Amino acid sequence: MDRRQFLQSTAAGLAAAGTGLQPMRAMAQGEPIRIGLMAPLTGVIASGGKEMVEGTQFWFEKINYQIAGRKVELIIEDDASNPDTALQKARRLVEQNNVHFLTGNLLANTGLAVANYVKGTGTPYFIPIIAADELTQRGRIPNVIRTAGYSGSAFPRPLADWALKQGYKRIATISQDYTFGHEQCGGFSQVFTEGGGTIVQQFWHPLNTADFSPYLGQIADLKIDALFVMETGADATRFTQQFNSFGLKGKIPLLGAMNMTDQSVIRTMGPEVEGIISAAHFAEGADISATKEFVEAYTKKYEKIPSLYGFSMYSGMMWVSRAIEKLGGKVEDKAALIEAVLKTELTDSPLGKPVKLDAYGNPIYDVYIRKVTKRADGKFWNVPVETYPAVSQFWKYDPEAFMKEPAFSRNYQGVKKS
Amino acid sequence: MSGVSRSKSPMGALVVLAILAVGVIAPFFLSRYQIGLATQILIFGMLAMSIDILVGFTGRTSLGHGAIFGASTYVVLYCVTQSGLSPYLAVLLGIATATVLAAIFALLAVRTNGVYFLLLTLALGMIVWGICLRWTQVTGGENGLRGDIRPKALSDYKDFYWFILALAALVTFGIRRFVQSPFGLTLRGIRDSDSRMRSLGYNVPLHLFIGFTMSGFFAGVAGAFYAFFNNFVSPSTVALTQSVESLLMAIIGGVGTLYGSFIGASALIALQNLVSSHTERWQSVLGITFTLIMIFAPEGIVGKFRALREKYANKH
Repeated sequence: MDRRQFLQSTAAGLAAAGTGLQPMRAMAQGEPIRIGLMAPLTGVIASGGKEMVEGTQFWFEKINYQIAGRKVELIIEDDASNPDTALQKARRLVEQNNVHFLTGNLLANTGLAVANYVKGTGTPYFIPIIAADELTQRGRIPNVIRTAGYSGSAFPRPLADWALKQGYKRIATISQDYTFGHEQCGGFSQVFTEGGGTIVQQFWHPLNTADFSPYLGQIADLKIDALFVMETGADATRFTQQFNSFGLKGKIPLLGAMNMTDQSVIRTMGPEVEGIISAAHFAEGADISATKEFVEAYTKKYEKIPSLYGFSMYSGMMWVSRAIEKLGGKVEDKAALIEAVLKTELTDSPLGKPVKLDAYGNPIYDVYIRKVTKRADGKFWNVPVETYPAVSQFWKYDPEAFMKEPAFSRNYQGVKKS
Repeated sequence: MSGVSRSKSPMGALVVLAILAVGVIAPFFLSRYQIGLATQILIFGMLAMSIDILVGFTGRTSLGHGAIFGASTYVVLYCVTQSGLSPYLAVLLGIATATVLAAIFALLAVRTNGVYFLLLTLALGMIVWGICLRWTQVTGGENGLRGDIRPKALSDYKDFYWFILALAALVTFGIRRFVQSPFGLTLRGIRDSDSRMRSLGYNVPLHLFIGFTMSGFFAGVAGAFYAFFNNFVSPSTVALTQSVESLLMAIIGGVGTLYGSFIGASALIALQNLVSSHTERWQSVLGITFTLIMIFAPEGIVGKFRALREKYANKH
């Protein structure tokens, strides 16, 4: 986001729209709808943060920063990839800017910090990116809703089921050693072992590992049918490259958590990513007209295929906008807004199929098993190979019973003892 | 790095009283968010002042105080959210933990000085950070600990501000008394020449140990109430950046000036909040600002002010 974009999006309120703006402003009644967007624009994951802002702006530009006749004022703050800063910015947005709702944040710890704050203020907080299971499970806060987001352990479950169907019996996991990794590996390991598979070994490595060879050396000797990999950002790039140069590509099939093959990772990579399987609700290579349209328009504007961050913020804000339309633009009543969002079924998102929220504020998606495939122009993207309809964050378990079990951690992976 | 100028004049006392009075009535003029910032400034001002005991009066630069501060925050949050203790008891335990931790740091660090002291405190701080990040069952790992822990009596943001203001006044008074006491004078002696102090028969390591531990105690006080302020803690609270930022606050305000810590905290927190809302390059703006301060006012804002005042007084 450069200075110009920032001005566009905030005070000037889309000055770039030029001539069309004046009449629209005259039409808009009373105060604008103020939206506080927090994204990590500096720090370790700044590139993802930038795409979050792009996705959000892309949506509001499409509707001319106008919902139900009211103007939208988007206030963007940098959470600096740091929970203390995120908290400070959330306070500023709520107490100083009087925003009607908050959205954004990328890292789980920033989202959890903000969620804890809005628990006290009652401000609606929409989290298309924050995947921490807790927020829509054990530690649910009524005004925190995962519009167009997903919970960490949800998508690896269908992937594990798919792996069982491929006849894989022995699988090892390698993952970044923090909560998001524990949850994704937990979801996978639980379903895979309950279906009769064996988790041979689990490797946990610190974030920002430069050299994977100690792990790759061991993995090569494990005699496994496949490897489940949970990596994000630069770790994902490095892992895939080193896996390839270790000569393991083609010998051990890779099953990835969705961030592993997200566009934010693979758009800079070459043939080493081809063929990696992952599970997600969004596949940029899906043969669905709504998806194609979104991907084309986004690519045209930002000169890159949309990533999870751009897609999720776009769809998340679309979701909230649809709910506000139903309320006739009245966002002041927090309880009504939350109620409306929970009841809104998102029908026209880039997913091309309707999505609903469950009773815990988490969406129920059709989940794709995706394969990284080369396009005609030489770029790589994720193409669906199979679909699991209506996947709940609780998989096939009873929510109440499920939430009585401990949360996933490095020590608790839900592995069924045989 | 001159010692605190002991302004016994009624003027000095009047200035302090006037500032306090402004602090007391401020909430009637400020928005809720600004009061929150002021509260934060007071808390970090206390932390910076605890560092000033070492940097300004003992000649030892610590990069481990963020960890001591944050350890106290962690203990308070853990005690209230996980063990269900009363927040007041938790605060006492938090401060006690910080003090014990500081004593351990001190035992290891007092025999060093200069860059070795800096590196040792840095390393010890990193250990605390590592523990907070890794010991997931207790510290919540990367995600940290959270919960609504502020006691009912302080739940209103204005009441909490006044409480912190009173606490900051008390801590300032306590630290001032400490550095101006005969014991504090020995610390200054050590700062100026520890070999001379040793040959005069002072037990230099013991004095440093006590100085460091006291400094940690005050950092712990700030950390415990930071837990009430944020209702949240994560490894970033004990991280190196926390130590560096609070040291920077002490330096910008002026080391050895005590009150400068609050000025430094105001400058840093205000800049962070204002600039970051206008440009994502806010860190560069901050960096340039601090570089300029170091070039034109290496003695810090309060230090520069005092130097100018003395210069002016000498001319007349």
